Formats: sequence, C-alpha cells, structure tokens
Amino acid sequence: MKHIISALVLNKPGVLAHVAGMFAARAFNIDSLAVGRTDDPNLSRMTIVVIGDDRVVEQVRKQLAKIVTIVKVQDFAGQDVVARDLMLITVSCPAEKRPEIQALIEMFMAKVVDIGPKTVMVEVAGPESKIEAFIDSCRPYGIKSMVRTGTVAMARYVRGRATKETNE
Amino acid sequence: MSKEPSPPSAPARKPGSQVIVDTLVEQGVEVMFGYLGGVVLPLFDKLYDSPIRFIIPRHEQGGCHMADAYARATGRVGVVVATSGPGATNLTTGLATAMMDSVPLVALTGQVRTELIGNDAFQEADTTGITRPITKHNVIVKNPAELAPTIREAFYIASTGRPGPVLIDIPVDMQIAEVPVTPPDKVSLPGYRIRTHGHARQISAAARAINEAQRPVLYVGGGVIAAGAAGELRALAKKANLPVTMTLMGLGAFDQTDPASLDMLGMHGTAYANFAVQECDLLIAVGARFDDRVTGQLKTFAPQARVIHIDIDPASISKNVRVEIPVVGSAKDILAELTDAVEPRERAEWFARIAAWKQRHPLQYDRQGSGLKPQYVIEELWRQTDGQATIVTGVGQHQMWTAQFYRFRRPRQFITSGGLGTMGYGLPAAIGAQVARPGELVVDIDGDSSFNMTMNELCTAVQYELPVKVCLINNGYMGMVRQWQELFYGRRYSCSSLKNPDFAKVAEAYGAVGVTVTEKADVPDAVARMLAETRPCVFDFHVDREENVWPMVPAGRSLHEMDGLDIFEMA
Repeated sequence: MKHIISALVLNKPGVLAHVAGMFAARAFNIDSLAVGRTDDPNLSRMTIVVIGDDRVVEQVRKQLAKIVTIVKVQDFAGQDVVARDLMLITVSCPAEKRPEIQALIEMFMAKVVDIGPKTVMVEVAGPESKIEAFIDSCRPYGIKSMVRTGTVAMARYVRGRATKETNE
Repeated sequence: MSKEPSPPSAPARKPGSQVIVDTLVEQGVEVMFGYLGGVVLPLFDKLYDSPIRFIIPRHEQGGCHMADAYARATGRVGVVVATSGPGATNLTTGLATAMMDSVPLVALTGQVRTELIGNDAFQEADTTGITRPITKHNVIVKNPAELAPTIREAFYIASTGRPGPVLIDIPVDMQIAEVPVTPPDKVSLPGYRIRTHGHARQISAAARAINEAQRPVLYVGGGVIAAGAAGELRALAKKANLPVTMTLMGLGAFDQTDPASLDMLGMHGTAYANFAVQECDLLIAVGARFDDRVTGQLKTFAPQARVIHIDIDPASISKNVRVEIPVVGSAKDILAELTDAVEPRERAEWFARIAAWKQRHPLQYDRQGSGLKPQYVIEELWRQTDGQATIVTGVGQHQMWTAQFYRFRRPRQFITSGGLGTMGYGLPAAIGAQVARPGELVVDIDGDSSFNMTMNELCTAVQYELPVKVCLINNGYMGMVRQWQELFYGRRYSCSSLKNPDFAKVAEAYGAVGVTVTEKADVPDAVARMLAETRPCVFDFHVDREENVWPMVPAGRSLHEMDGLDIFEMA
C-alpha cells in the first residue's frame, strides 16, 4: 500500500541525507521523494511516498518526527489530497506517426516541449494514474527516456476536518 | 594578541576557540575527555588555561567511553573532543554505544578548513556523514557566529527528551576567526519539542487497568534511571503492590534486595522474572523498549497481558509490541500521577506463585566443586561491598553474570554497554565513572577478551591517579561466543580464543598493581585486597574455562522456554 507523507523540514545541508539514511537503516521502502523550497526561506517541504502497511507507516512518521531538523510531519492517509507528479518523456515519433501521437498528447492534456527529427519530448503533469496511463500509451511507439519528479501533495481544504500531525 | 583600535561602544571580539571554551564553561562543564590533533590546536590552546579539567585517553574510543560513563554516573552531559579524520572516526564506536543506550554526550570534532572540505584534504573525513545515523543530532559549523548557539543547542538536545549523543564538527578556521561576543539567546529549535506530562485520560486508563489486574508486572528499563524516577517507581510499586523486573539497562532502578524484585528478565534473566512476564495479565512497561534480548520470540511474548507503555519516545511505543495503553511523557511525572490514582491491592495469590518460582528456580552454579567459578568471584565482591559499589563491565558472559549475581540497589550504580554491547567498554568507562565519583569504589568486572581491546587505558588511570579496580574474569576465551559455539555449533571453537598476556605483569608495566588468582580458596582475600588498593589495579582471576551462563532463552524461543533451569539439583 502506498502512503503519502509530507514533512516540513529546516532548509539546512544534510537534512535530505539524514532522511534518506534513516529510511535505508530502518529498511523502509520509499517509492518516491520530492523536496523543494517553500515561501519561508528557512523551510523546505518533503513529500515521501512510502510502501508499507499501517504499522510501517506509523513507524516512518514517528522516526521522521524524531529527527531534530524536521519540524512537522503529516500523514495523508484517509484524507482528501491533491497529489501530482510531473514527467518529461521522449517518445519515438517518425513523421508518419506524428498525428496519432499528437492526438494522444491532446487527450492527456499534455504538452510538447521539444521536437526532434524522429522524437518528441512531452511534459505530462497530473495524478500518478494519469502519468502511468500516458506511459502505457507511449510504450507501443517506443520510449527513449523519461524522468519524473515523484509525487507532491497537499491536503484539500475540508471544513472542520483536522490533519493528523506529529510535532514531537 | 593585540586588540585592534575600536570605538568604546563596539562589542568585544573573541576567537572561535575562546567562544567554544566560554560556552562550555557557561553550560557547567567541569571535566572533558579527548585527544589532540592538528585541527583542534586552537581549541586546546584555549583549554590550557581554562578551569575545565581535561583527561587524555590513549585512544579516542577510550575517551568517548569515559565521557559516556561520566554522563551515566552523574546524569550530566559528557563531553569528548577529537581531531578531524582518524580522530573523529575513532569516536564512532563510542558514539554508537551512547546512542543505543540513550546517553547524553556532546562530541566536538575538529575539521579541516572550510575551503578544503570535500577535497580529500589531509586528515579529512566526512564526520557528519559518518556519524549521522549514530547521533541524536549533528551539525557542522560554517559561520563562527553560530558556534555559541550551536553548542547551547547541542547541550539542550543531548540532555532532554530521550537523551543521546550530539556531534559538532568545527572547521579549524572557525576556531581561529574572531566573532563579536553577544549575550546568550534562548535556544530555538522548531523541530524539537519534548512532551513531559502524560495525557490525563491515558493515565486514568492505566490506573484503572492496574487496579483491575490480578497478575500485574512492572517491566522497567533504563528510561526510569534517565528520568531520575527511581523514587516514584518505588512509591508506585509499594502502593499498588507490584512485582518489579528490570532490563539490563534498568538494573538499579529498584532495590534488588527488596522481595518484590524479580531481578533481570530476558535471554539470561531469572526464571522467575521470565515466568512472571509470560503469565502476567498486565505488563506495565516504563522506560523500556521491548528489545529482542528481553522478549524472546515476539509472537509468544506475554501472551495473556494487556500492555501499558510509559515512555518519553513515541517512536518506541508500539514498535515491536502492540500497546493497549500508551502514555508518552516523562516517567518521573507519569509515575507520580499514576501512584495518586491507583488503589492498594494485596495480590497474595500472585506473590505466592512468584515466591514458588523463586524457590524452585533460583540462579545457580556449582558452589561445591573445587573449580574457581566466575559467579563466585562476583558474589564475593557483592558480599564485601554490601552491594554498594559502582560496577562497570565489558561485554559477554562476565557481564551477564554481573547482572545476575551483583544485586544492585540504586540507580546509576551499574554502568554497562547494553544496546550496542561494546567489548572494551569496561576499563575506560570505569575511568569515567571514577572521575565522576572521586573517592568512591569503582570496580570494572571485565572479561579477558573485552579487556584486551582497551587495556591501554590503564595508562590513563595511572596518569590521573584514578584507583579503578579491574576484576578480570579470565577464561581464556571470548566466553559468550564460545558458549554459543558449544551449544549450537557442536563445540567447534572457531577463532574464539586468544593467547593472553600475563595481565598482572601488563598492569605493572603500566604502573598499576597486578595480581593473579588461580585458587578458589584465595578469592575472598584477593577481593578484600583489591577493594583496599589505593592505586589502579588488575586482579586476574583464572576461572573455569567452560562455565556457561544459565538460564538461557536461545534465539527463536519463547521467553518461558529457558535452557539450563535445573543444571544443579537443589540440595
């Protein structure tokens, strides 16, 4: 089972290494990890997708909270979240296939960001399922290379519902 | 150093090295342990005329264990200094030891100049990278103005919540650079919040469970000692009439001469403690973490028990064993509140069952034979010290026999490497404990293989006139692994014995007193002599070579499935 955990961390060198090292040492299974700055220059936000059952995720949450440079940990389990992944993918595209590949791109509301003589680079953003579906659709044409950011997520605003946070 | 001309209103400036020393003094540091090196020369220059007492070991690992034991004995933060590169890497075993046993330590390591970092410079190592998994927190200082705040944060983090080692890596140019002196600011750590008071609802639930229980057991770990909660523990145990079992790290939290003590539980714990845990209907865990040495096979651990878990570290709760009533906070506060809420109970039937187990399965060894038994040496030591000495150990069979036969009476009396199980901990730790307790009896009960690892610290004991007593349990083997080879590998003693020196002669060469004891009849006098020694000494007891530690819960078995329960028939 995949769980999304969001952590607010101090923007200091070594924090990413610390998190990655802790996951490795405790044999936690990370599906993806995305980190970037926030509007506060002292803080970054890390979005981690963990594979495991409830017990494992509870330990992940608690072990993260133990790290001194991690300020706040949120477990998005059971919550309404907006989760997005962004991918750049280069697909084989000989001239005669261009129209069908173009149709595919339009259907997925993706964008062409680069064109080569026999390839096209596409930018796709959306929930993981959309990304996976686009990859499957491209496979018959031949995928040259691809890169994904991994999931980033934020909780939707829900009147009256509190998020499960760990400040300890 | 001449002061540059400045207007009268400008703040004074100090080099980083002076800031470090001043901040350490401000934090109440009286003793430091550590070893010199190129990139800590500026710091050591300022230590030269500081009021801080400095103890130099013969290896940084020794220095780290000394600071660790100093912290365990006093409850204060131990401080160790090492240089960059090999100095810092030599600290890793000591830091991991402190980490696993939650010991408050601040380690200061020198580092190469900031512009050389990452360049494979001379004596450079990625100290923060290497020690990240074995420290509670670590940081490299790249701005000299951050030296004082970083040190204050380090002491705060090391000594609060679940204590642990904190490392500060200080490049040499940070020690040399001058910074303006500013008054101390409050420590601000947005990611670090300690919860001391337990949740009121959880405490009531726990009290209700205790009142309802027919067969409760208090399972106590090192956290009770770290919290200074021995008094509160006793009050609860007495009011609610609860039997108390302790982990290796918890020994001393409850007076073992009290009839309610079940002594140590676990792999080499007493049968009566293990049976009590397996038969209990309520397990009250305080400051303990359900370690594998304690639980035996987890699936069948305490099968009939509801579990209350009181701990300051939420990550320890429900990590191994599902807990019904977790209470996060300081054991000191929570035990006091719990004592107010529980009701007195007689529990006559439960205590009768426990007494029967104690009668049927006491700790035993061959007391009648002519061989020099290790357990006998330790019992004799206990008798002659009235169970009051500070006892430190190495790791292995001798450590387990000490935990079994030296019955501890108060907290911070027993100093041992439990979580990491570091051979060689004994002698340097005894030195650290002696520094913490001048004029008091400190005995290192050690094994020959453990002692071999760090015996060069005898030099340190002699140099600083620290009269530690090394009570060497010498069987010419790495005893514990030999026992496993005997039991599980058909007595194939692969690489488990060392050719030992004459330890008494080694001691004398170091300037200490050395005595060899080979006969059982000589033991009482030898122990008496050892205790009366005013110089550091090594008493080398040649014990029966293939004595085993019993009882034993082999790996994979349940806690009640002990081997060696009836090795010797009751007379």
